[in-house]
Amino acid sequence: MSDIFAQENALEKRAELDAFIDSQTSKEDAIISVLHKAQSLFGYLPSDLQLYVARKLGVPAARVYGVVSFYSYFSQKKRGDFTINICMGTACFVKGVDKVMDEFSNQLGVKNGETTEDGLFTLKDVRCIGACGLAPVVMVNEKVYGHVKPEDVSKIITACKVQKGV
Amino acid sequence: MAKQRTHIMVCGGTGCVSSQSLEIVDKFKEVLIEKDYQDEIAVIKTGCFGFCGQGPIVKIHPDNVFYVKVTLDDVREIVEEHIIKGRTVGRLLYKEPETKKTLPKHDDMGFYKKQYRIALRNCGLINPEDINEYIAFSGYEALGKAVTELSPDQVIDLVKTSGLRGRGGGGFSTGLKWELTRKPPADEKYVICNADEGDPGAFMDRSILEGDPHSVIEAMAIAGYAIGASNGIVYIRAEYPLAIKRLEIALSQARDYGLLGKDIFESGFNFDIEIKLGAGAFVCGEETALIHSVEGNRGEPTKKPPYPSVEGYQKKPTSVNNVETFANVPPIVLKGAEWFQSIGTEKSKGTKVFALAGKVNNVGLVEVPMGTTLREIIYDIGGGIIDGKAFKAVQTGGPSGGVITALDLDTPIDYESLKAIGSMMGSGGMIVMDEDDCMVNIAKFYLDFTQDESCGKCTPCRLGTKRMYEILEKITEGKGTMEDIDKLRSLGQTIKDSALCGLGQTAPNPVLSTLEYFYDEYLSHIVDKKCPAGACKALSKYKIDPEKCIGCTACARVCPVNCIEGKPKEVHIIDESLCIACGACYTACRFDAVIKP
Amino acid sequence: MPVKSLEELKKIREAHIKKVKLRASGESADQTIEILVGMATCGIAAGSRDVLNAFIDLIDEKSLTDIKVIQVGCMGYCHSEPTVQVNIPGKEPIIYGNVKGDVVEIILDEHIQNGNILDNYVLIKTFNSAL
Repeated sequence: MSDIFAQENALEKRAELDAFIDSQTSKEDAIISVLHKAQSLFGYLPSDLQLYVARKLGVPAARVYGVVSFYSYFSQKKRGDFTINICMGTACFVKGVDKVMDEFSNQLGVKNGETTEDGLFTLKDVRCIGACGLAPVVMVNEKVYGHVKPEDVSKIITACKVQKGV
Repeated sequence: MAKQRTHIMVCGGTGCVSSQSLEIVDKFKEVLIEKDYQDEIAVIKTGCFGFCGQGPIVKIHPDNVFYVKVTLDDVREIVEEHIIKGRTVGRLLYKEPETKKTLPKHDDMGFYKKQYRIALRNCGLINPEDINEYIAFSGYEALGKAVTELSPDQVIDLVKTSGLRGRGGGGFSTGLKWELTRKPPADEKYVICNADEGDPGAFMDRSILEGDPHSVIEAMAIAGYAIGASNGIVYIRAEYPLAIKRLEIALSQARDYGLLGKDIFESGFNFDIEIKLGAGAFVCGEETALIHSVEGNRGEPTKKPPYPSVEGYQKKPTSVNNVETFANVPPIVLKGAEWFQSIGTEKSKGTKVFALAGKVNNVGLVEVPMGTTLREIIYDIGGGIIDGKAFKAVQTGGPSGGVITALDLDTPIDYESLKAIGSMMGSGGMIVMDEDDCMVNIAKFYLDFTQDESCGKCTPCRLGTKRMYEILEKITEGKGTMEDIDKLRSLGQTIKDSALCGLGQTAPNPVLSTLEYFYDEYLSHIVDKKCPAGACKALSKYKIDPEKCIGCTACARVCPVNCIEGKPKEVHIIDESLCIACGACYTACRFDAVIKP
Repeated sequence: MPVKSLEELKKIREAHIKKVKLRASGESADQTIEILVGMATCGIAAGSRDVLNAFIDLIDEKSLTDIKVIQVGCMGYCHSEPTVQVNIPGKEPIIYGNVKGDVVEIILDEHIQNGNILDNYVLIKTFNSAL
């Protein structure tokens, strides 16, 4: 079991989460909102954090786990510093996004859904982000790259590394 | 540069360039020099005019005369007649197909009136973060009129008479839904806005929320007044951060103006809205699943009846309507049911927003009256197919819809006609595909999506879509048999008949519709072990044309698996058993000697 | 300030109505020029935030007055993002596509100051609206 509360600034984050939970009028309704908040604070939702949320809300841990595992937006695994989201919308598909995915997979040495050993990159497919005019689209954290060709992949990876200073 | 009195604008869009518009530019320059007019007249290559079916297009500015289907031979006549003598060349003007009238000014042309924006009326025109701009465009007047001048029943009647139907897919009458939610007695009722836009390839709801959030807020309040609800919820995808932010700003501005809250317009009507975030599950577009998600549960659908209009959120009567549907409501209240009825077809009134994407030149959001044909959307508005390739099919309705072939391009589209040709309106994603797209592969793409998004509650969908996906995978790998086609058909029909919710019931559509219209492609994959479009990697093999190969060795040097053999200056050969079909040799060859499968 | 009646709402509308006229038909009572920048998710991804900032910086740098830069939503021309609409009082509003890099400055110098429309970037408005 990971110890999520050993994270940097964990106490402040936990206090913020507590305050958010206390502000909810209906605890039952609030599970998804609380999990969004928890993931935005801690980055992911490991089992000890799920358990913490369950106890705070007074619902069974199984119900929280059921919700976390149901929705693709929630991640139970720690993600890399950069999440490379490959848009799998239809427009991107017909414009050849699969080749872009393959190229990222080759260059990073990980498969879809995995994180590189250095903890820098997570490669992930994502449902249509609705920027079909720019297809194929790759979203790295919040930044959207449009009209991505397999040749652009190394540039995108390098840009991330430069930003991180490695 | 001296100022030139006249500009000859020649369309430099992809469609026109492929029909010699660049040569036409040169020819104009040449003739102008010959006549010594080069200093007075400028020749300019412009961006796409978006009327590619009539290209190449030449516009004379500032006369605003518009010539269509101009050829190299016409250039001299245009210069001599129009530029020098000031006489319009009648035979090159656009003739409106219906009236056969020639139209010299492009503003008069029917094509430019093809789009009519109701739901998108304010998008791109107002600052979405300034409520005053929305009010300047008659915003909140419909709400004011509804709560001060109309009874709830009159509002429902108005919406019912207008013929507005759900824009999220099903096409259920919006007024009727409100009426059904108004009827049951309850101490509280709810209005939910479905902004969980999950269809891959559809983004109109996001655009509306980002460009005109107040129109949705206003419409939700009108719906609340009509059905007797004082609480509204917007259920929105967490993947849309900008839409969420703009919605939050809009909500707080509406509250400041008292347009949400207690005693709106001093009518005694109270209404407020909260935002609930989705978390990435396609099935939550289904209204019962959506309600479970709003309640903080797994978004699994439940059997209907009871319908949400009787037993919805918190077991109270609830009306769930889609973003685009809501955006149509304020204009209907202000302009009346008759106005809305006058647009569209007999059974489908008003307009529909389509997200036009894929292999089309002008990718974008278009809003057209119901009854517009696919040809008008793809060729006149969309500017035709990229690189002048051949149109193969257009997919509508996303993972629940089907493909439409060239045969049906002239069908006027509405809810019924799309259903009749094996597809559906859906939320309005419209993906254009060309000769390079393999239909079996497209069917596999959608099944991959639905089997992944299946919530797993009912067996037909959970197992059935997975099995269908596996069969399609087999076929695209060249391991399919004729039996597989029968299996796909019977499985598809069974899932359609027995799945619990809309997701499962429509999931087989992409397969069944491609089987119907592109049966040949399935046969090629199964019998000939070939993918005609060259999209299925396992089936595509590259060959070298011995006539064209000069033995430059370029292909052999780039081949990552060293399966190309041949001595310098001799014909090279690809060992097909080793080829991984990466296409590197195809890109490397400068003599067009590598043949794409 | 709560709006209590349709009359009060109409007053707010009157106060802001000149924008409607300027944007829809070019009519305006005053001389303020408006530059609308399409700022939906896809526009921003295509660089419209840089365009908006460039307009603001350049207007400041060139000490131009009576120009307002306003963010708006998606105009629907995804194929030509970023998109910009220039509304000059008394003239038909002009929509530009593919506004990147130097084009911002050219729009300010050529179109807004000299009155020359940049033909190569004009997008033809292909719709009518129910306003």
